[in-house]
Amino acid sequence: MKILKTLLVTAAVSVAMMATAQAETKKIALVVKALGIGFFEAANKGAQEAAKELGDVEVIYTGPTTTTAEGQIEVINSLIAQKVDAIAVSANDTNALVPALKKAMDRGIKVISWDSGVAPEGRSMHLNPSSNPLIGNMIIKLAADNLPDGGDVAVLSATATSTNQNVWIEEMTKVLPNYKGINVVATVYGDDLADKSYRETQGLIQSHPNLKAIIAPTSVGIVAAAQAVTDAGKVGQINVTGLGLPSEMAGHVKSGASKSFAIWNPIDLGYSATMIAYDLIGGAEAKPGAELKMGRMGTVKLDDKNEGAMADPFIYDAKNVEEFAKIF
Amino acid sequence: MKLLLKNREMLLVVAIVALVALIALRFPPFVTPGNLANVYNDTSILIILALGQMAVILTRCIDLSMAANLALSGMVAAMINAAMPGLPIPLVILIVMALGAVLGSINGLLVWKLDIPPIVVTLGTLTIYRGLIFLLSGGAWINAHQMSDAFKALPRTAVLGFPLLSWLSLVIIGIMVVVMRRTPLGRAFFAVGGNPHAAVYTGIDVGRTRFFAYCLSGTLAGLAGYLWVSRYAVAYVDIAAGFELDIIAACVIGGISIAGGIGSVGGAVLGALFLGVIKNALPVINISPFAQMAISGTVIIIAVAVNARAEKRKGRVILRKAEAAHG
Repeated sequence: MKILKTLLVTAAVSVAMMATAQAETKKIALVVKALGIGFFEAANKGAQEAAKELGDVEVIYTGPTTTTAEGQIEVINSLIAQKVDAIAVSANDTNALVPALKKAMDRGIKVISWDSGVAPEGRSMHLNPSSNPLIGNMIIKLAADNLPDGGDVAVLSATATSTNQNVWIEEMTKVLPNYKGINVVATVYGDDLADKSYRETQGLIQSHPNLKAIIAPTSVGIVAAAQAVTDAGKVGQINVTGLGLPSEMAGHVKSGASKSFAIWNPIDLGYSATMIAYDLIGGAEAKPGAELKMGRMGTVKLDDKNEGAMADPFIYDAKNVEEFAKIF
Repeated sequence: MKLLLKNREMLLVVAIVALVALIALRFPPFVTPGNLANVYNDTSILIILALGQMAVILTRCIDLSMAANLALSGMVAAMINAAMPGLPIPLVILIVMALGAVLGSINGLLVWKLDIPPIVVTLGTLTIYRGLIFLLSGGAWINAHQMSDAFKALPRTAVLGFPLLSWLSLVIIGIMVVVMRRTPLGRAFFAVGGNPHAAVYTGIDVGRTRFFAYCLSGTLAGLAGYLWVSRYAVAYVDIAAGFELDIIAACVIGGISIAGGIGSVGGAVLGALFLGVIKNALPVINISPFAQMAISGTVIIIAVAVNARAEKRKGRVILRKAEAAHG
């Protein structure tokens, strides 16, 4: 009897505490793969920006010291104990985090995943940085924007069997008719090896003398292609573009081998994840077809798997690459 | 013609010429002198590595860790350069060659002193060296803009119309010819691989010879590490992943017997060139990437088949000579 009483009192007190907590600031935890990674530090910057904009939000930026699922489970358990209002996680493992996150959801905590997803049963929604159609459109747009009169472009992909690249190239081909005068003359595969990508680029330069741009939607390929174009003395004649990381591409943008390239913006990603978490705390429901608010980034529409795409990949060029190179 | 085909090196030269001619039919610009020089330049690193591997294979061992050694040495070279851009590049090269030698000597010591099968030792060190790169770099890349201009320029510097990288590989070929033909060490490589027991009777320390072979392959891998990172202007954990197979394939195509004791510098160089021509031709003759893999594989199997036949014949020749000498 005494035990029951204590339990009841504890429950009542905790309910009361939760109620007051909700009335005051809302605690949103941004759980990253590991602390100390530039990409996630930048995401935190975006989350803090969102918190400032919203006013009544406190962002708890946390994560394990190494990129392990075990570390993240510990972090999540401690967040449950701290009674946060929402957890936004970039997962080290799709399935391993599910039990811990389920426990959090049972306790009324809103759980979303971003960047690297969690299995559907462990989160209410997942925010992808971009979508395949958006990426496919962006890579051809990057090439076309620098070719007002059209011209020959070629694609340097990863392996012939890599799913991501193949889907992006497929999406790119779909929107190709929208870019008048742009001819995709070849698609070659560098297998995400620096030496093979370099050699394939040399091959492209040889077999297509009128080549104006090379699109490499892979971070190894774009760097190798830029180097091969530089070594062949074709800077200014052939523009290398695609998907890459600012820190890896800064030198090639400076040399002029690459006029611009794209990748998701981690700041926007952290900002949007925080905004969505806030929207869910405020009562919005994550279900297929729902539109969730992301502040300055607009809204995200969820598909039948409760996944949504944030935006177009962000474009980096000579103006901003140095600044982002310091971040990731 | 028969005499011509009997000679392994000549056979390879004929095969390479035929291959180039075949490629020229589909893509004529391939045979311009400028492009052929490019192909040689592109193959230089493979040639240097194949020569190191040759020494190891001659002693009946194998070095699977060469590409990992290359990657680790290359990463260290890039990190030294990024941290101290002022350090003269020749000094950086000497440092990574010494590092490569140390990494190679670890293989050598394990094979020599602990008598562990070479394939197991080098498979282990392959993983260890790759892991070390991750520990050193934390998984981060060293990119073009973090390397000094001098660091990137050295292999590209043109001397008498050819890049320094090409010249460097020619120098290494020259050194290896002298080592293999004119020094006791070179002869010991052949003796140890040809017949280890007989080698012991002639006073050659089999383990020590193998140790030196590994040191040699390690040193060359260290040098290749700098060249690779500087040529492609990027260093990360996975550079040259799987390249050990190319190195061994070059040796096998070049007629270096996996069973040890048979091979030559010329063979290793030609084997590497053969692969180099294929690697450079496949992108321009416009065939599907899946067919490319199949072609590379087929070529290697044909080479091994030819090799096996050549070795059989060679065995008989030696016997006959020995009999003649006795009689």
